Amino acid sequence: MYELIVIGGGPAGLAAACEAWDAGLRRILIVERDKTLGGILNQCIHNGFGLTYFKEELTGPEYAHRFTQLLAKTGVEVRTDTMVLRITPDRRVHMTGPSCGYRIEEASSVILAMGCRERTRGAIGVPGARPAGVFTAGAAQRYVNVEGWMPGKRVVILGSGDIGLIMARRMTLEGAKVLACVEVMPYSGGLTRNIVQCLEDYKIPLYLSHTVTDVLGRDRVEKVIVSRVDENRRPIPGTEMEFACDTLLLSVGLIPENELTAAAGIRMDPRTKGAAVYENMETSLPGVFACGNVAHVHDLVDYVTRESQRAGAAAARFVLNGPAAGEEIPVENGPGVSYTVPQRVRPENVDKSLGIFFRVNRIFGRSRICVEAEGREVCGFDRERMAPGEMESVTVPKKLLAGVKGGLTVSVREVEK
Amino acid sequence: MYDVLIIGCGVVGAATAMELSRYKLSVAVAERENDVAVGTTKANSAILHAGYDPKPGTVMARLNVRGSQLAAEYCQKLDVPYRRCGSMVLAFSERDMETLGVLLDRGNRNGVPGLRILTGDEARQMEPELADTVLGALWAPTAAIVSPWELCLALAETAVKNGAELKLCTAVTGLERAEDHWRIHTNRGILEARYVVNAAGVDSDTVHDMAAPHDFDIRPSRGEYYLLDKAEGGRVNTVVFQCPSEKGKGVLVSPTVHGNLIVGPNAEASPKHDESTTAGGLDFVRETAKLSVPGVNFGQSIRNFAGVRANAGLDDFIIRIAAPGFLDLAGICSPGLTSAPAIGEYAAELLQGDGLRLEKKEHFEFHRRRIRFKELDEESRRELVSRDPAYGRVICRCETVTEGEILACFHTPIPPVSVDGVKRRTNAGMGRCQGGFCAPRVVELLSRELNVPAGEIVKDRAGMKILFEETKEVRGDV
Repeated sequence: MYELIVIGGGPAGLAAACEAWDAGLRRILIVERDKTLGGILNQCIHNGFGLTYFKEELTGPEYAHRFTQLLAKTGVEVRTDTMVLRITPDRRVHMTGPSCGYRIEEASSVILAMGCRERTRGAIGVPGARPAGVFTAGAAQRYVNVEGWMPGKRVVILGSGDIGLIMARRMTLEGAKVLACVEVMPYSGGLTRNIVQCLEDYKIPLYLSHTVTDVLGRDRVEKVIVSRVDENRRPIPGTEMEFACDTLLLSVGLIPENELTAAAGIRMDPRTKGAAVYENMETSLPGVFACGNVAHVHDLVDYVTRESQRAGAAAARFVLNGPAAGEEIPVENGPGVSYTVPQRVRPENVDKSLGIFFRVNRIFGRSRICVEAEGREVCGFDRERMAPGEMESVTVPKKLLAGVKGGLTVSVREVEK
Repeated sequence: MYDVLIIGCGVVGAATAMELSRYKLSVAVAERENDVAVGTTKANSAILHAGYDPKPGTVMARLNVRGSQLAAEYCQKLDVPYRRCGSMVLAFSERDMETLGVLLDRGNRNGVPGLRILTGDEARQMEPELADTVLGALWAPTAAIVSPWELCLALAETAVKNGAELKLCTAVTGLERAEDHWRIHTNRGILEARYVVNAAGVDSDTVHDMAAPHDFDIRPSRGEYYLLDKAEGGRVNTVVFQCPSEKGKGVLVSPTVHGNLIVGPNAEASPKHDESTTAGGLDFVRETAKLSVPGVNFGQSIRNFAGVRANAGLDDFIIRIAAPGFLDLAGICSPGLTSAPAIGEYAAELLQGDGLRLEKKEHFEFHRRRIRFKELDEESRRELVSRDPAYGRVICRCETVTEGEILACFHTPIPPVSVDGVKRRTNAGMGRCQGGFCAPRVVELLSRELNVPAGEIVKDRAGMKILFEETKEVRGDV
């Protein structure tokens, strides 16, 4: 019997387990499907990690190493090369691995930290032939950075998500020619700094409001056709451009990997595609928490760490002090906002302040973020610019939540200069 | 000198090889590609049709109904995923209702058991997601769904286990009649056989023309599909067709034996090996399917694919002795998958009629089992992993396929040589991430088991290499 089982040993799971240890739990198990801890950070050999959390610039493996070092100082048990197949509502965790065999462990609390997966060609319906040479950007990243193999020499990238942008630079540095990055939306889905450092610095053209409308080649990709799209994202006939290439990389979004979550009957949020969570990252199943990319897709690991620490501390509190109490209110997205995390709040259970993560649904210039309750502004925050590709976060002091009934709404409106 | 050489190892070639491997004969199968089941067999609706479509009195009608029975038996004996879920043909108009009557009559004359016309409400009671506009349906309880490539593999493996020789990467380039046998020219030299069977699918016209006067053309027609996530797999429980037209059986919505939902196909004339999808074709499939089942959530699509039908533009298959010692199994369009087991049986009969001596072997091995970790109960999983820890390591997380299962398929009669070959044998990479996570690990396993560098591993056919060269760092070129 464990006090806590953490499913996933990536940045979310590591931070959550360390925090839960610091908060007093002593029987903690991390279950990791890969052979090493660190998750996707292990293949992210570029820098730019840790600027917020560590105030220094680290590579992915370095960032992971900081946490595995911290973990080594604890008594947290780790089972790598082990995959969780099922979680039951009474927190029995079914797992399988070559060394532990097929076994079921019981836990007083569970933290879901399984991360996310990439959207595929099938999910977005790119028509055309199906030769070799179409990869998701993350799979290509693994081939290059972990396996040491180049999956292509002349590359077109569909989607301007961060992994795609990073791979544009990586493939270029490895001697490939990246011909274009093609984005169906009128704005990039990635971080501005990645647009600058990965495309502009290497003179890789970014085609906004464009998409891939055909893939040609029988055995290997030979060319892709790129077309401009209208405001409804439908290709405009006559705008076709042809790129002779051998590889198409897809960076068209990430999906939280929640098959275990949904199978356990946990309430999901169709907007985030993660579990709906409370202020402490607890799901609808008491004692089960979710954090990191399994809860909602982040663009910075630093935020994953903070959020996961919140989950780790909350799991410890659940085990040591019992379930959280108090009335609950919903957090909803108003105009300009596509989702919020958490989705529900128990004001009594908020520590000093309530952190709300959210994304805007379009590009915003100078604007004001309003957190409202029953039509009245509880607090507001000003921003110079916001984009869907960059997660926003605001912090509402606990005292402002006193007396709030009926729920909070987060909205964004542009303000005149 | 072989007694029989079969050209093509799709489901028809495989079924014929298996049937002939029951007898004291030397049988070989020449397959152009590096694996079996890679043409029309791997890309179709995966349906075993009940048999009300073919015109009564045709060979097609007889083989369809017989094939549907045999397929059930073969799938059970050879451990092929199969489910008799029944099918419905929907009617949306009075004219459609008349068509249902015609189909019912045909089905009855073809000997299809259990056919019945349902009212719209009865149909909706069985399939609550059907559109309100459905007026009635033809219910066919013997229709089934199957894993088509696994059926083909199982038949081919059984043939090989019983002595047939499978010659992969062997493309037939010409046929030459010698005194009492055929000289078969291939890219790997000349083979000789007393009988040649043409099971070359969309290329069956080309192969026919090598042996006999030209008298038919394959006019391929491409069908495009959506495959949806398991979250949509329960949208319907039976195969839901619309009324057939001259173009084919129309767009269907059906569960798959793997738990997904398949939607398609359209039918467009196409070049022989063009398996491309098109925006227009996919739009058509989506819109048409929604007439039957409006609630299908295409946001859950995990894959589009297209298959090419070997249509000859006739109401019947072209199955005949076309030249001395030369048997055509050509123009095998739908319901070819269903009919295949019966085509194999019939092929043996026709060859016998042409003088081939069929003498049963004393022992015919007709058994096949593979371990499917995902389908085991807790106790069996525990036992399996403790016996062989490789079954504890999950390689494909979406479909829960273990390393043990992947390693095991290298020790089957027809081991895989490609990532898709592993997929067809184990389901690894068939799930919602479409191999995003597991493909690199499957490449690694293939590289290790085949003892070739990762750069040589192909996605599917020979020539479909995945990787180009090692990175600068690995090459020591930094």
